[in-house]
Order: sequence, then C-alpha cells, then structure tokens
Amino acid sequence: MRPGFRRTGLPGLPAQPQRSILLTWYHATRAAYRTGGVARPGALPPHIKSCPAISTGDFVTLLTRRTFLEGLAATAALPALGTGPAHASEPIPVGAIYDLSGPLQGFGQNQWRCARLALDQINESGGLLGRPLDVKLYDSQSDMQFYNQFANQLALRDRVAVVQGGLTSSSREVIRPILRRLETLYVYNTNYEGGVCDGNFFATGATPGIYVDLLLRAAAERWGKRVYVLAADYNYGQISARWIRRGALALGGEVVGEEFFPLEVNQFGATISRIQAVEPDVVLNVFVGPAHEAFYGQWASAGMNQRIPMMSTTFGGTSEIVRMPPEVVNGIMVIGSYYESLDYPFNQTWLAEFRRRNGTDYGYLTDVPIKDWYGWMLWAEGVRQAGTTDREAVVAALETGISVDGPGGPLTIDARTHHCFMNTHLAEARDGEFRILERYQNVPPTNPADQCDLQARPDTNTMYTPDI
Amino acid sequence: MDLALVVGLHLLHAIASLALISVGLAVIFGMLRVINFAHGEFLMVGGYAFVLSAGAGVNLWLAMLVIAPAVVGMLGYLVERLVIRQLRGDVIATILATWGLSLFLVGLAATVLGYHQQGVAPPFGTIQIGSYTIGIYTFFVIGVTILVILALFAWLRWSRAGLLVRGTMQDGELAAGLGADTVRIRSATFVLGSALSGLAGAVLAPLAGVLPEIGATYVVKAFITVISGGATALTGTTLAAALFGLTSQAAAFVSRPVVGEVALLVVAIALLRVLPTGITGRYFRKAL
Repeated sequence: MRPGFRRTGLPGLPAQPQRSILLTWYHATRAAYRTGGVARPGALPPHIKSCPAISTGDFVTLLTRRTFLEGLAATAALPALGTGPAHASEPIPVGAIYDLSGPLQGFGQNQWRCARLALDQINESGGLLGRPLDVKLYDSQSDMQFYNQFANQLALRDRVAVVQGGLTSSSREVIRPILRRLETLYVYNTNYEGGVCDGNFFATGATPGIYVDLLLRAAAERWGKRVYVLAADYNYGQISARWIRRGALALGGEVVGEEFFPLEVNQFGATISRIQAVEPDVVLNVFVGPAHEAFYGQWASAGMNQRIPMMSTTFGGTSEIVRMPPEVVNGIMVIGSYYESLDYPFNQTWLAEFRRRNGTDYGYLTDVPIKDWYGWMLWAEGVRQAGTTDREAVVAALETGISVDGPGGPLTIDARTHHCFMNTHLAEARDGEFRILERYQNVPPTNPADQCDLQARPDTNTMYTPDI
Repeated sequence: MDLALVVGLHLLHAIASLALISVGLAVIFGMLRVINFAHGEFLMVGGYAFVLSAGAGVNLWLAMLVIAPAVVGMLGYLVERLVIRQLRGDVIATILATWGLSLFLVGLAATVLGYHQQGVAPPFGTIQIGSYTIGIYTFFVIGVTILVILALFAWLRWSRAGLLVRGTMQDGELAAGLGADTVRIRSATFVLGSALSGLAGAVLAPLAGVLPEIGATYVVKAFITVISGGATALTGTTLAAALFGLTSQAAAFVSRPVVGEVALLVVAIALLRVLPTGITGRYFRKAL
C-alpha cells in the first residue's frame, strides 16, 4: 500500500485552496527554488524508495510531492517521526521558519538574526549533548501556504527535533496543528493574543492580558482612566481590545471609544477628529503593519501628540523608533520585555555580541525578535537536562520550570500554560531610544480564568479567549 | 459647525490623497494604456528620494518638489527605455514585466535602503477650529493636488506639447504620419507620469511614512480610481477620486474605518456595473 497517495478522506487535513494555474506555477517554481531545486527521489522521506510520478517533469514532481507529503502527514499509521537514534557526533537537525522576505521581512530578518546568534552560540560552545545543531532554515516569504509546506517538510523530510519561528497568529495556527499531529515540538517566540493551550507547544512571547493591565495602571496613575482604543482588525487586535475593555473595567475606568482598522487603512482623519471630540485621557493602540504607521504622522500633524498621551502594545516591533522622526513619536508609552536601553549587565555583553556579528544596520531590537534567541536557548536547556532530543523527555524537562537568563532578564517556563514568566518594562520613546520608566519582575503569563492547566490535563489542545 | 468644517476638510484631504496617488497612473495607464503594476513602487521610490535627500540636509521643499520627481522621472525613463518600449502592444508581457519590476524594486529598497531610514515629520504647525485641531500640512496636500491637476490640465489643453501628446494618444499612426516623433512623445509622457508619482510619494511621505512595501497600500486604490475614471484620464481620475474619497471617508466618519474601505469597493463595483467604460465613458467625453 502506498498510503501517501490517498488524497481523499483524510481527516483534519486543510483542503488545498483552488488557485489559478498562473499562481500555482508561480508558487511551484518559487518553492522549487527555495528548497534548493526541484524534487528528486532522494528528496523524499528516506523510507520511501520511489515516487511513480518522478518522470513526468519537474513541475509535476513537485506538486506530486507536496500532495504526497500532505497525504503522508495525515495518515496516522506511520512510525514515530522523532529524530531517530542519536549517534555521538551526528548533527541534531532543528527547524526554523521565518518571514525573511515579503511584507513581514521587517520582523522576520531580525528574528532570524537573534535565532542565529543563539544557534551559533550553542554550536560554538560545543553543541548539545556533544552534537552540533544543524539548522534547516526556510523562508516563508510571508506566505501562509509556505508555512504549511515547510512545517510538513521539516517534520517529515528533515525530521527535526524542534521547530521554531512564525510571526503572525495565522502562521502559528497553520503550523501548530501540523506539528502536533506529526509529533514535532513547536516553540513560538512572538508576542501574541494569548490563550493557546497545547502540550506540544511552548510560547516565549508576551501575552496582552498582563501588558494591557500594566499599561492601563500606568495610564491611570499619570493621566486617567478614560481610554480610547485603536486596534488592527484581526484576531490579535480584536482579542487585545477585549483585554483592554476587561482591564479598564477592572480598574474602574472605561473604554470611551474603540475602532478597528483593516491592515491596509492609512487614512486616519476621521478617527483623529472623533478622538478630538471625545477627549479621552489616553489613547491605546494595537497597530500592526506598514499602513498603520501612517497614523503617527497624521496624529502629530494635527498636533495631537502634544495634547493626548499615546500608548501602544505594538510600537517598536519593526524599528519604528529609529525610523520615525523624534518629534512625531516622542512620548509614546510602550511596554515590553526587552529594549536595547535596558541596563542589565547581560544585555550590554549580549548587545555587543549581536552587533559584532550583525553590524549596526539592523534597526532596533525589541521583544519580538529577541524572544527567538530565548526560544532556542530554552529548548537547548531542556535538551541538556533531558539528556536527549526526544520530544516527550524534552517537554518533561521544560515543564520542570526551566529558566534562562538573557538580555531582557530571566525567562522562566510556566509548566501549567507552557508560556513564560518574564521581566516587563514600561518605557517611553525619547529621541530615537526607549527610556525605561519602570520594571516589573517575573510577570506571569496571561491565563484567562485559569482555564489552561497542562499539568492536570496534558492532552489539552485548544485556544482560550477572554470571555468578555 | 466646527465639526462640519473639520469633516469637510478631512473629506477634501481624502479626495486629494486619492487623486494624488492616482494622477501619475492616470498619465501612464489612462493615457498611454501601459499597465504599470510597479506604480506603487514609483511612489515608494519618490518617498525614499525625498526622505534620504532631506535627511542628507537638502532643503525640505527642494527635496520634495524637485528631487523626488526628478529621481522617479529618471527611473521612469530607464523603465520605459528598457522594458515598456520593448513590450509595447503586448499587454500580458507588460503586466508580468511591471509586476516583476515591482518585486525587484521592493527587494532592492529592502536590501539597499533598508527598513531603518529616518522619516520626516510633517512640516508646519496646526490650526485650531473650535475644539478641533488640524494640521496645516493637510491644506498643503490639498493645495498641491489642485495645482498638479490644474497644471496638467492646462498643459494638455493649451500647450503645443500637450497637443502632440493628445494626438499621439488618440491615433499614434496618424500623428507619426504628420511628422510627430511618437516614440519620443510616449517616452516623455511616461517620464511625466513617473515624475508625478514621485511627487505624490514625496508629498505623502511625512503623513504615511516610507517603507519598502508601502507601494502595496497605494497601487490597488490607484488602479481602481483610474479604471473607474474611464477613457479621458485626467477628468475621469479626478471625478473618480472625488467620488471614492468622499464615500469612503464619509462612511468611515459615520461608521467605522472598515466600512469606509468596503464602501469604496462597493461604489467602484456598482459604478463599473452601471458604467462599464468608467465615468468618462458616458459623461464628459469631450474633456481631457
């Protein structure tokens, strides 16, 4: 039987979207280019000796292989897809998917720089368990379709011990189910809306519940409790806005306005007038992407940056602080686990090392890219303690509450949620730098109503959202 | 009363921004019939030319009103010479080539210029209208747009060069038969369209910021506007920009921004259903 070629009736498999021939051809050739050439028999999983469609030409081969891999992914009748028996100095394959090109490259490239620093540091200090790490890096091109393909490839062909990467929540939700089904550990290192509860998944990013609460508290102390919310119109913004509503109510404040913007909106005149009419004590934004950046210029042009304080949970993630003029962004208050200006001694050495390897033309690092360094270091520590790269042993080791120190202070795993405790800092944009205003030690991850408990219910696989 | 005034100004500003991002395309696509998918990237290059030269200490207005259009005009000359002219008449090839050019320019900007160029803050201060403040730069954008459209109109209508351009667009062979150098005229028109795109990119840069992939924000709206405008590019584009800017911004005012975006598309679809050849396909056919 060739289980891989059964294309119908596969449970839980995302259907291949219908696409035009042109688009299919385009993606196929790009994918072939990215994977270092078209598929050959040798590129198939090692236990499959041949593929009948190989002779039909490169294009057909590639598509067949993709279909084949997906089929393979869905048939549960396969042997364990772990890393195989370990030999003393054989490299450990590990997988990384980052948005190195396309619209998200502003994030992805720095994520990869941080990840590469961690991987290099691990290898330069002798590797893990005496074995070097062999990273299989894929560029998703900011395209969800490629996340699907590369997650399958990493688990099935490259047979990696762990996959890290992804930026958007949509990319995470493309690869998380695939990697869970293929029993490959997944570590996600981006700030996100929170609530994922999955035993095969670890998150090092911050979740908005805590960020929002701390920001609102800082606002209440300084300016007041009437908040106007501006957020990106997709799950991250929507769920963040729910947290803001909840946090404001808990503080005895109120949300006096709430607007959601599709990612391509870059005209904010109507919104700015409405804010002027409402006169909130503070504006809190959850903007995402290049179009939304236009807000800051228009806000400053209307003189509003002198009138109403602005806070953001997202500002800074793509080096806005060095890109946007100080007179536009000065005073914006942000919260995050990392800023280059932190005065931890670890940060000084770390940053010097980062700059030695990457030069200085990388923009400005905040907690989105930096967590990819932490993610790899945490996993490596898990492997060291487990003494193996075996998934279940590593998960068990990580669940002992492993902690690594890093440029933003210690990051410690919370066994119940597979998220992390981290130092969190309130900061203010000031002349091309973030000035640290306050530090909160070991802030716990958000866990809406304590729903997630992977210690009591290790088989959980769901995503909780705040019920407001 | 204050509110009405402020809303009116924002509506004008929305219309002006839409007209400004479309006017270069109105010349290149509306008049030359060249489908330039790299239009958004022309705006992006204009923005970078402005931001980089202003950052290097060049006078702000010189950078915005002279250097940016000149740089993108030169880019347009190269593109016309090396790509567009070679593929004239082949629509599919032109689409693919300009799409490729768009990807190339984004990649080039990302690798050479990077993400970390410092932008320019909107110049001028603000004025107070009742309890509202509004940036004076808003008026500047509206003013520049009006000037550009009037100047373009006057040039096409009354100058000899404008006559040659119109003649070439109307019937290239006949114009050539009468001694007009149509190849050069087409090239010059493409350069003009590019320069206008560069100007638009620079004027909007302080408000919108400059990033390698900022072009994607503009290109779709520009095409919708020019296509809905119809056969007589300049008038059509101006009218379409007025219609779309008005509906989308008004909808955003009374409802939410997402409704504004939807309203723009709904109006465009309804318009093209009723007037498949665009506004000037039926009305103002004698205009420019």
